[in-house]
Amino acid sequence: MTMPATASGNQGLQFEQPLIFEQDTRGATAVDLPALPHTRERLGTLKNTQAIGLPGLSEPEVVRHYTRLSQKNYSIDSGFYPLGSCTMKHNPRLNEKMARLPGFADIHPFQPVSTIQGALELIDTTAHWLKQLTGMPAVAMSPAAGAHGELCGLMCIKAAHVAHNQGTRTVVLVPESAHGTNPATAALCGYSVEAIPANSEGRVDLAALQAALDKHSADVAAVMITNPNTCGLFERECIQAAEMIHAAGAYFYMDGANFNAIVGRLRIGDLGVDAMHINLHKTFSTPHGGGGPGAGPTVLSAALASYAPVPFVVHGKDGFSVEEHAGLGGAQDSFGRMKGYHGQFGVFVRALSYMMAMGADGLKQASGDAVLNANYLLARLSAEMTPAFAGPCMHECVFDDRFLKGTGVTTLDIAKALIDEGVHPPTMYFPLVVHGALLMEPTETESKATLDQFVESMLHLARKAKAGGAEAEFRAAPQFSPRRRLDETKAARKPVLRWMPPTAGASSQAAE
Amino acid sequence: MRYLPLSETNRRDMLAAIGAGSVDELFRDLPKAALAKARIDLPNSASEIEVERALSAMAAKNRNCGQGPSFLGCGNYRHHTPASLDYLIQRGEFLTAYTPYQPEISQGTLQAIFEFQSQVALITGMEVANASMYDGATACAEAVTMAARVTKRNKAILSGNLHPHYRDVTLTNCKFLDMQIEALAPDPTAIEDLVGRVGPDLACVVVQTPGFFGHLNDYSNLAKACHAAGAFLVVCVTEPVALGLITPPGHIGADIVVGEGQSMAGPMSFGGPGVGLFATREKFLRQMPGRLAGETTDENGRRGWVLTLSTREQHIRREKATSNICTNSGLIALAFSVHMTLLGEAGFTNLARLNHATAVSLAEKLEQIKGVKLLPSAFFNEFAVKLGKPAEAVVEKLAARGILAGVPAARFYPTYPELADVLLVAATETNTESDIDAFAARLKEALA
Amino acid sequence: MSQIRFTKDHEWVLLDGKIATVGITEYAQSQLGDIVFVEVPAAGKALSAGGEAAVVESVKAASEVYSPVAGKVTEGNAVLPDAPETVNQDPQGKGWFFKMEVANPADVAALMDQAAYDKYLAELNG
Repeated sequence: MTMPATASGNQGLQFEQPLIFEQDTRGATAVDLPALPHTRERLGTLKNTQAIGLPGLSEPEVVRHYTRLSQKNYSIDSGFYPLGSCTMKHNPRLNEKMARLPGFADIHPFQPVSTIQGALELIDTTAHWLKQLTGMPAVAMSPAAGAHGELCGLMCIKAAHVAHNQGTRTVVLVPESAHGTNPATAALCGYSVEAIPANSEGRVDLAALQAALDKHSADVAAVMITNPNTCGLFERECIQAAEMIHAAGAYFYMDGANFNAIVGRLRIGDLGVDAMHINLHKTFSTPHGGGGPGAGPTVLSAALASYAPVPFVVHGKDGFSVEEHAGLGGAQDSFGRMKGYHGQFGVFVRALSYMMAMGADGLKQASGDAVLNANYLLARLSAEMTPAFAGPCMHECVFDDRFLKGTGVTTLDIAKALIDEGVHPPTMYFPLVVHGALLMEPTETESKATLDQFVESMLHLARKAKAGGAEAEFRAAPQFSPRRRLDETKAARKPVLRWMPPTAGASSQAAE
Repeated sequence: MRYLPLSETNRRDMLAAIGAGSVDELFRDLPKAALAKARIDLPNSASEIEVERALSAMAAKNRNCGQGPSFLGCGNYRHHTPASLDYLIQRGEFLTAYTPYQPEISQGTLQAIFEFQSQVALITGMEVANASMYDGATACAEAVTMAARVTKRNKAILSGNLHPHYRDVTLTNCKFLDMQIEALAPDPTAIEDLVGRVGPDLACVVVQTPGFFGHLNDYSNLAKACHAAGAFLVVCVTEPVALGLITPPGHIGADIVVGEGQSMAGPMSFGGPGVGLFATREKFLRQMPGRLAGETTDENGRRGWVLTLSTREQHIRREKATSNICTNSGLIALAFSVHMTLLGEAGFTNLARLNHATAVSLAEKLEQIKGVKLLPSAFFNEFAVKLGKPAEAVVEKLAARGILAGVPAARFYPTYPELADVLLVAATETNTESDIDAFAARLKEALA
Repeated sequence: MSQIRFTKDHEWVLLDGKIATVGITEYAQSQLGDIVFVEVPAAGKALSAGGEAAVVESVKAASEVYSPVAGKVTEGNAVLPDAPETVNQDPQGKGWFFKMEVANPADVAALMDQAAYDKYLAELNG
């Protein structure tokens, strides 16, 4: 059956929505302002004399525009999001309500310290929870996201090496299964990156680690290991790894992207870790917002604590105060500042709201359910799919594409067919060490019924692929989404990255 | 626990399907020596009402800026945001979506990013803008390293009118790279000579407009000098509302414009999260950090959007990426864009005029107070004043009278005693005439 | 006499006197998929054997193109930056990347010939 064509291009509740620039009514606005006071201008020579080119819309038009755009998005509110390594868990609305309390939202970063004691208490309390949950003595709160936390950790490490006349160390070792942010971050600190291979169990090969440490002897500055790793497995030899790293005079950076698997159960401090970032937008339920904002507080060992970036909150005799200047006062050894103001304060409020709601017992239950859900998927999907590694897994499980061999159907096709099943695709082709990987992270906030439905969809697709003859149907997926597969080659060869006024040429064509 | 759907029966059934005896068994790879056992000293779970009580009590210990007149700026501004803005960004389809890696089911976020990129390019007067950075300060640091990549030079000059946090973050990011950054002394009277410092080995000069002390300087000659020397001019904007009234940096020759979008996006929230703006010229596109949404078509020939030019980014290029940024500031960028759409050309320019007019009335009142000297002659909605008395004490005095009077320059420059009597003051459309009168009256008392 | 040679990084070299033309092989373009961006070196650039000479990108991958031998670039293919799809269409013809004056023509002869490269590909896919 073919769909009937509509005059509007809309299909029932699926609307075609033009760009705001294509809805322009000259002079229109959705914001009426009070009258201007009578004053003379004091702009010097910099007054703009040209039009900017922004479109004008009324309030109802703007509200409808963004409402319709929102309806073209998949989201955790609307469906299952088993996106491996991203921890797409439920985002409680209590967090949003708390972040909007005027005492948190309507305060300025440079008010006198006496007027923002509650804000400093909030940062300090959030820090306390993070230190308790990791068993680490210190935490740098200002990093804005996971990759920024990695940068914070490596800068502390570099500062420590410089302070100990070890500044000539130039190499960072990173397992080949690592997130791309690890090598990118090491490069930002001026380090060269060497990959460490994994063993057949998907874990860091200790012999290979030792060989790399020996090969570069006094040149290794740090080793970055994600744990649980990107294959969804716990690096069970990480304590031995830490000892080897320290014996070589290097520091142990643990990438905490997957902290959700172990929160409430394991003390990072007892693993020999020197620095680890925590993604508050993963483990602690703050919303991803379509690409941020997040926050990446970084816990630090005693060896690195004094190099932490400013600002940080300190307890004084008259309440809380804040160290804002590296090299002064209590921040003598701080490597500097890496973020404006006091870090992602609004994200801290949301994370603390979640941590207080969950409590120590709830967080332990959460990691338990997250791991149980992932193992349940691993067990049930193994009926038709090929797991890359033997279980148990931690909070995510990874399948390779052996089960698709000879079918003509690819990992990408399976992922796109899942969209038609109403599921957000798992992470694809990552980790790179697994061929045609499908990395699934269900999180603890999904019910058994949701998982069972997903399993049915997944097994159905696997069987259909294996039965043969369905290549064309797979290649055509998705068919029920607001858009079908998009031409990424065209987008990259002749990039159109902004709307241009029609008179200037290269216009953006309206949808048919 | 209300956020966890599994029942005990579910857990039992699932363990049976897995073939495990207990949940603890699934954690058998964790080293025993590091198990938490009972050593986590934190309270147990709490009801919604209990969390609200505890956090509301903490919030109540802060004086919020709605409780009395406030005149704080320095890169973080209190503006009114239309009610529909917060409603729209709280729609779950925006709030709880991931980065739009699956374009077929992320067209809403992608089209919004494309519109955001277009708006940022227009107001900055640049050709292309990215999907956002963490904040203005980190965007500034990324601009300097990008200038170094393009020019293949490693020296940069930071003007003394650059926000000190932007200066510090740039110094931090460049500290461990092979870069030489010359950060000039604070310049409250706008006397520094930048043109004279431009040389053939320079990657870029970084300035701010309006400047940190409020000055509106014309940098056209500096742009010419930079270009003659093969260097970039990087212009930072910490108050984007100014771009509704002043000449866009792109029109005076900026090669990269970076900024902080908070003032257009929503609450001050103690300074974070904000949203970094980043715009440049098309020919430098491939050296730009951050995500980009681009236009294309789907299999049915319908227009759509995708994330594009990803090979610049860490998940593909790894150690050769233009930046390590991954999660950026998507939702705040959306808020910025929604506000800009609500305002439109007419609303945006009117808002800018109202801000400027309000700041001019404040300046006129303060200038009449004996001992007060306004430092910039041309400004937008913020300016530095010399008080002749230590500004920190004056601010404390006024705070005790219910007025948040501005930010003492000493907060940023504790080692410059000559700045001890300088106060940075901002006014926006949220300040009324009576706010201004109250401020002037209390300041006069404090200085008497 | 001109003879085509290959590297393990899937570059081809065609030597004519002292001037070598360098590109990526049919196999390399098929592995990359749709090529969306190519950056070629400018004339005059000195290249070492195995050093980075050019960049080629598809939608999902970016690769360096290495110089097979030492020498100096005499010309980059000016067509490619605006028409990167040429590499997909004709990798071993119009899709060449750059020409170089080689320091030592014997270096080219030492690389894999067609038969050796075919054998190498068969092993990779084996």
